[in-house]
Amino acid sequence: MAILTKDQAQALLKKVLSYSKADECEVNLTGTDSANIRYARNSVSTSGKISQSQLVVSSAYGKKLGVATINEFDVASLEKVVRRSEELAKLAPENPEYVSFLGPQTFAEAHTYVESTAAITPKLRSDLVAQSLQVARDAKAVAAGFLEDNTGFSAMMNTKGLFAYNTSTNTNFSVTVRTEDGKGSGYATRGYNDITKLDTKKATRIATEKAVKSVNAKAIEPGKYTVILEPAAVAVLLENIFFRLDARQADEGRSFLSKAGGGTRLGEKLMDERVNIYSDPFNADLPSNTWSGDGRPQEKTAWVEKGVIKNLSYSRYWAEKKGVKAVPGPEAAIMEGGTKSIEELIAGTKKGVLVTRLWYIRDVDPQSLLLTGLTRDGTFYIENGKIQYPIKNFRFNESPIIMLNNLEELGKVERTVSVESNNNYLLPPIKVRDFTFSSLSDAV
Amino acid sequence: MKRRNFVQLAGMGITGSLLSFPSIGNAVSSEILLESPLLASQKKQLADVALNITKGLGATYTDVRIGRYLNQFISTRENKVQNIVNTESFGVGIRVIVKGAWGFAATNEVTADGVKKAAEKAVAIAKANSKFQKEPVMLAPAAGQGEVSWKTPIQKNAFEVPVSEKVDLLLRANGAALKNGASFASSNLFQVNEQKYFASSDGSYIDQDVHRIWPTFSVSVIDRASGKFKSREAMSAPMGMGYEYMIPKAEDKLTGPSGMVLYKNSYDIIEDAAIAARQGKEMIAAKSVEPGKYDLVLEPNHLGLTIHESIGHPLELDRILGYEANYAGTSFVTLEKLKSGNFNYGSKQVTIFADKTQPGSLGAVGYDDEGVKCKRWDLIKDGVLVNLEAIRDQVHMLGQTESHGCCYAQSWSEVQFQRMPNVSLAPGKETYSSAQMIKDVEKGIYIAGRGSYSIDQQRYNFQFGGTAFYEIKNGQITGILNDVAYQSNTQEFWNSCVKVCDESEYRMFGSFFDGKGQPSQVSAVSHGSSPARFNGVSVINTGRTI
Repeated sequence: MAILTKDQAQALLKKVLSYSKADECEVNLTGTDSANIRYARNSVSTSGKISQSQLVVSSAYGKKLGVATINEFDVASLEKVVRRSEELAKLAPENPEYVSFLGPQTFAEAHTYVESTAAITPKLRSDLVAQSLQVARDAKAVAAGFLEDNTGFSAMMNTKGLFAYNTSTNTNFSVTVRTEDGKGSGYATRGYNDITKLDTKKATRIATEKAVKSVNAKAIEPGKYTVILEPAAVAVLLENIFFRLDARQADEGRSFLSKAGGGTRLGEKLMDERVNIYSDPFNADLPSNTWSGDGRPQEKTAWVEKGVIKNLSYSRYWAEKKGVKAVPGPEAAIMEGGTKSIEELIAGTKKGVLVTRLWYIRDVDPQSLLLTGLTRDGTFYIENGKIQYPIKNFRFNESPIIMLNNLEELGKVERTVSVESNNNYLLPPIKVRDFTFSSLSDAV
Repeated sequence: MKRRNFVQLAGMGITGSLLSFPSIGNAVSSEILLESPLLASQKKQLADVALNITKGLGATYTDVRIGRYLNQFISTRENKVQNIVNTESFGVGIRVIVKGAWGFAATNEVTADGVKKAAEKAVAIAKANSKFQKEPVMLAPAAGQGEVSWKTPIQKNAFEVPVSEKVDLLLRANGAALKNGASFASSNLFQVNEQKYFASSDGSYIDQDVHRIWPTFSVSVIDRASGKFKSREAMSAPMGMGYEYMIPKAEDKLTGPSGMVLYKNSYDIIEDAAIAARQGKEMIAAKSVEPGKYDLVLEPNHLGLTIHESIGHPLELDRILGYEANYAGTSFVTLEKLKSGNFNYGSKQVTIFADKTQPGSLGAVGYDDEGVKCKRWDLIKDGVLVNLEAIRDQVHMLGQTESHGCCYAQSWSEVQFQRMPNVSLAPGKETYSSAQMIKDVEKGIYIAGRGSYSIDQQRYNFQFGGTAFYEIKNGQITGILNDVAYQSNTQEFWNSCVKVCDESEYRMFGSFFDGKGQPSQVSAVSHGSSPARFNGVSVINTGRTI
């Protein structure tokens, strides 16, 4: 199915709801055209183009809910999926946490769709990859990378009169360049709504430079170091905070935001006062959808302000139970930064470590949000304001909460991509003291 | 890696209205899961349409996969059902070699016309790809199997068990945990049935019916006064079995330390949930580990993940060659190390085998997704690296002429590629129990179950946690420990293996949602072992205060 316009989506959803016999019915419709090119060993390995669309119908009788989905859109299929969801609802056990669907809401127009990305041609896609490959070949290095682009729409409607519609585009690119002898490796990643902003040549040059400069890495002792984390490394640590802002977990006593003796740490200062984290669907550099999947408007929301936990996210059920506003979780998170470039942060560092990328991040202890993982694809020793030499990779054990208490400096914010979740964020490079490296890795 | 996403979904308490599984299939009623698939003869007719068309269009090789993929996921918390999702996905994927290049196309129109169009598209894609192909694809020969079939040897089809019975069992497990002191308990049951038909221009027509099941839970104990919380995960393993796994049998139970029960080929979820709650309470009061070197006794449901990460992945040939360099990484293992014939991966106690035929394992099938009959082969023999994991288009790089039969696609709509087979540690040959193993340790830690796991992109440095840790002092278990993680280097770790228990305690660990590739595909894989001892491993303390 093609990307539907607002009118087309509205007409289709009305048609689906016209078949409903349940007490309440809600329909979510999505469609995505996505394409990707994967390359390795300096040559394209796979490519694919996928069009997917799906209709999700939720029918409720009292507190009994049934959900059915379908990816065919002829009249018979539309009626079939509604009937199926009703049958499932009748069979379902009563859900005491069921909350009646939302009524009509007002949504501002999102800025997530860029025509140039939607209009991408196979030629542009392969040119972007060819440019990346050329940089690596010219440097007699070996590139492996992945380019993907998506154009999609989402819409929802329910029997209580809610209707929402949005379109969006996105492209994510990542490249790992290794020297031919396998002794050096570098990485770069980029994400945009607008593909014309993507410069694969420049990104691959950075990755290549890191690969060449990281050859013959020296081993230095593990321990606590002042560290400059590039935004891609910041992303995989901080998103563990963004994912865990749920009020219910905190109220139930099983979150780093739970308080000894009961209650939550909402309103407590947990980080350095220069830490400000928020989400804003209208940010020009990181636009996101203006409504959440259950039809709640997404508004600009402060999560951490001057180091203080300002908001927690709520499901509609939990908010109703607690008598508070049902603030949905962040769709895209932003951390405020400073004015310095990474080079300027390095220039102001007496002794420290520059980290390009962190990898295989896992929870070690949800109580303290302790995470482990490793540096990868470009780790360098800094002394007297200059990069001195490449160093072997480290394993770290660190909590992003402790890390944001040990803040030294924030650099200039840029858009980056998490290698763990594929999510895009606006984050600064950050300089922190006492970052805990606990062992060495021989991996290149 | 993908598991994380599923666990997040399962743990988020989604009530159903928003949860959809576009890549898995359409949500359907449970009755549809029991509908009969197309007959093998009907599928053969459709496959022949594709085989004839592609041959006429110049394909030198074609395979056709007609797949019906069924899933049922049930999730509960405390006394509530959170979600019941049934999904069905049906379609056909066609892969061809034309002018030495691969082409692939898939469609959910499983009709002669739909198959014809997809076949033509696959040929057109291969032709386009051939322009950029540096060297033609070299496919190791695979004998045509004729018309054959294979079925997971299940005793009870999980989809035939009424949903209410399954929900009742999960709620009773939650209840047992709450009754024994848990603050919260959530449980899930994942059931999968892949009805796969494979046909190729080699003359194979293979009909397979594959079943997998995974019951699991998380039990939390919270001490409000101190603000401490601990959770204990299930000691079950995902298995290539039917619902018989959910019916406990006395002969499948093994006794672990301090009243723990460990399970072989059947699982007692109610008993385990009750034990988990009691253990969780002990954890709240337990002491924090003193960092240092310890002798570790690792039980199979823990050791499986260590095998997976430090042996299963680094021995994947595509990874060694650099095809995964941008994402999962490469490997410290090289073709040179293999060819040397004397690369010392571990101690003499360490014999590791790959086996796609092991009954009850997640990876067990009769034939892989490119029609190769599955088998068992050695990877590490008495500590020495002897082979890798490879499929038809790469095995020639090892100087071998036969694929290892470990090719898999998560669905009909995605192209198959090399995946990890079941990789297991052979049990010790002499009679030796874990009870005796514990007795022989002076200063050690016994670790059960999976926990936090992280390893570098070439698989040297790793750090693993677990579900439950017991201190061993002078041959005795002295109590539960908190904040334990061990760090090591793959080669050093496997060389510190001094003893493996005998086969009477051999059990399987499994990974239900193992991720690989970009875009990522999941696959399910098991790792068997008996408890094993590793001397002088570095243990860190992970406790922090924020």
